Amino acid sequence: MGAAFRSSTYQKNIMKEGIDTNNSDVKMVAAPPGIEGEGFFATSLDAVIGLARSKSLWPLPFATSCCGIEFMATMASTYDIARFGSERPSFSPRQADMLMVMGTISKKLGPVLRQVYEQMAEPRWVISVGACACSGGVFDTYSVLQGIDKIIPVDVYVPGCPPRPEQIIDGVMKLQELVKNEPLRRRNTPEYKALLASYGITVN
Amino acid sequence: MSLTKEIILEKITAKFGEAVKVDAESLDYTAVVIDAAKAHDLVKYLRDEEGFNFLTDVCGAHFPENDKNAQFAVIYHMHNWVDRFRIRIKSFLNGENPVINTVTDLYLSANWQERETYDFYGIEFKNHPDLRRILNMDEMESFPLRKEFPLEDQGRTDKDDRYFGRLPQTNNLPNNN
Amino acid sequence: MSQYTPLTKKIEDRYNEEIRLRENEDGSELSILNLGPSHPATHGIFQNVLLMDGERIVDAEQTLGYIHRAFEKIAENRPFYQITPLTDRMNYCSSPINNMGWWLTVEKLLGIEIPKRVQYMRVIVMELSRIADHIICNSILGVDSGAFTGFLHIFQYREKIYEIFEEICGARLTTNMGRMGGFERDWSDAAWAKLDKFMVDFPLAWEEFDRLLTRNRIFMDRCIGTGAISANRAIEYGFTGPNLRAAGVDYDLRVAEPYSSYEDFEFDIPVGTAGDTYDRYMVRQQEVRESLKIIRQALDKMPKEGGYHADVPDYYLPPKQDVYNNMEALIYHFKIVMGEIPVPKGEVYSAVEGGNGELGFYLISDGSRVPFRLHFRRPCFIYYQGFTEMIKGQYLSDAILIMSSMNVIAGELDA
Repeated sequence: MGAAFRSSTYQKNIMKEGIDTNNSDVKMVAAPPGIEGEGFFATSLDAVIGLARSKSLWPLPFATSCCGIEFMATMASTYDIARFGSERPSFSPRQADMLMVMGTISKKLGPVLRQVYEQMAEPRWVISVGACACSGGVFDTYSVLQGIDKIIPVDVYVPGCPPRPEQIIDGVMKLQELVKNEPLRRRNTPEYKALLASYGITVN
Repeated sequence: MSLTKEIILEKITAKFGEAVKVDAESLDYTAVVIDAAKAHDLVKYLRDEEGFNFLTDVCGAHFPENDKNAQFAVIYHMHNWVDRFRIRIKSFLNGENPVINTVTDLYLSANWQERETYDFYGIEFKNHPDLRRILNMDEMESFPLRKEFPLEDQGRTDKDDRYFGRLPQTNNLPNNN
Repeated sequence: MSQYTPLTKKIEDRYNEEIRLRENEDGSELSILNLGPSHPATHGIFQNVLLMDGERIVDAEQTLGYIHRAFEKIAENRPFYQITPLTDRMNYCSSPINNMGWWLTVEKLLGIEIPKRVQYMRVIVMELSRIADHIICNSILGVDSGAFTGFLHIFQYREKIYEIFEEICGARLTTNMGRMGGFERDWSDAAWAKLDKFMVDFPLAWEEFDRLLTRNRIFMDRCIGTGAISANRAIEYGFTGPNLRAAGVDYDLRVAEPYSSYEDFEFDIPVGTAGDTYDRYMVRQQEVRESLKIIRQALDKMPKEGGYHADVPDYYLPPKQDVYNNMEALIYHFKIVMGEIPVPKGEVYSAVEGGNGELGFYLISDGSRVPFRLHFRRPCFIYYQGFTEMIKGQYLSDAILIMSSMNVIAGELDA
């Protein structure tokens, strides 16, 4: 089925523009399992929406310290996170999909982070970048929150101090896997509601 | 005639007499120890008459081993740009009630630095325009850089003391067993 | 709006009083705007609560401490070589300068003499990180005024600098570079080759970046005349570094109190006139060219002999082959790792010219291997006090540019 999916596109491209997409350097995205026919492709809504969402995750860069500079390097042209769908870093929580917490979160900043997380619209994911966000890092002190998972639920942890841009992109790719396979109803399930309740976040 | 250590020490001792002493702890620059009550006057004298146009630094320190009247210290670093001369001024303060005059009226840069010293040590600066915490949380009641205050967050339950060099039977953290 | 910080509430109460007292002729009233702490345009986590009259700023108050990591407290519990990673994370855009500043302080305390070659290598590393810091500041100033291309183009060269640092010490950003007495390993041939290539490619790219912004009509209109501060006021506020030089004062620690052989090099100190945003941008532009001059001179005059560290077996770890074969080296290794190094009792203050100004370290030692008290004189913390005065009466969008051009780095602000 996959081959059939690819060959029709191949024919179209070769006839229209002379592009040879059978070239092994070009990696085509594997289509989700489904039923194909002439002019249509039937699959489950979960799979299609998961595919679309995972390839267009808009980040909210909550950049605090040194990891923020590595994020700037990731956003710049050498490592370019826009290739992975994060073309528009949205600083408005309502319009962002994933919250990337990069850097040390102190106890004074905890309520701010919590408020930003609560303002995000479902579905939302959290990547914790850097040792400080994952667990407090080098700073085992009275003023630093020892890991953001004390106040918000986290999906992917990227260790490092600071992690290289390749590691940050790897974290985003792992999140893409999570997003692709997430059922559409997950946010309404009692397990998810219990998870949020355990953090004291009320869903409204 | 440019400033040297001897000249400036002579002038300071001539003006302040018994209240000022040479600080033997200093390994590099000229340093004096002065009574807390006269520190503001010394800073003013150096700024107005000796050409120390720049206040480099204001910080505090805590010496719990000293006797009661000298447990806290406020240290000023001043710099004369024309003669390229630095000086350090130290004042010791009482352990129960550390109070000293502010130098914000002389140098604007001392404002936040004194707030930071207050935040860390609880040293009160008289006549400061706005003495409140700056770096720590406002609700905090203790002064964290004092020596008796612990570095680590005492509320953690997830640390295994074996990895921190603290044996289980000698630790006194509440949540570890 | 601000139920999460009680301090913001107090500021707002004060502003509400002022709003109640003052009313404009056309019936409009002042409003409060909360800028931060999480905000795309502030480079780091700090908050400004602004009292606005429409688009103009009437009053501002800053709150900091959102990334306070208690460096000074941590430093009282760590041996000297474990404090270097802490200094990295203060001004994280130019970490090697912080590292070198710390090692200079420790060497002042211990009385170690550094060979010329090591000093020249340190100068090269410090000037490279100064270039990296100014790359960030100027390109982000462009981004804040809407010009994204400059940032994308010039950030590639920051990657080249990262590669050089990686060859020298293994890390890109938080470098933890150097040891007591020099460097931990000699610079490989790849490091020298990358440095030479950088010195050929980068000046051209910097001129390209310059052509994008410096004579750009829009950029000039936005930057000239905003955020001006006079030289006297700047000195009173404790300004140092490019911000002070933009105000017209030619004070540079590399010239006033040369350290690490800076007196061997010929370079100019760029100075502005008005102290506004454009002057700060231009001063940093020219400082990068001066740094390139210094690096070129250091490369030309680099001595062949001198190794990569001073001969101080009391403080510098011996090579591993010697530790396994030689009794003396084994004893030194043991003593250094266990912390039995001879440290005198006393206090020192040492300052370097960081990317933002005079970065000072005040170290009180009581003879043990951890400092008794370590205080960082952080330039950002001190000159940020002047921000209120610089933005009064300006538009909000100008305030963003002024903050950007001052190069406030949150790690250094809060420490």
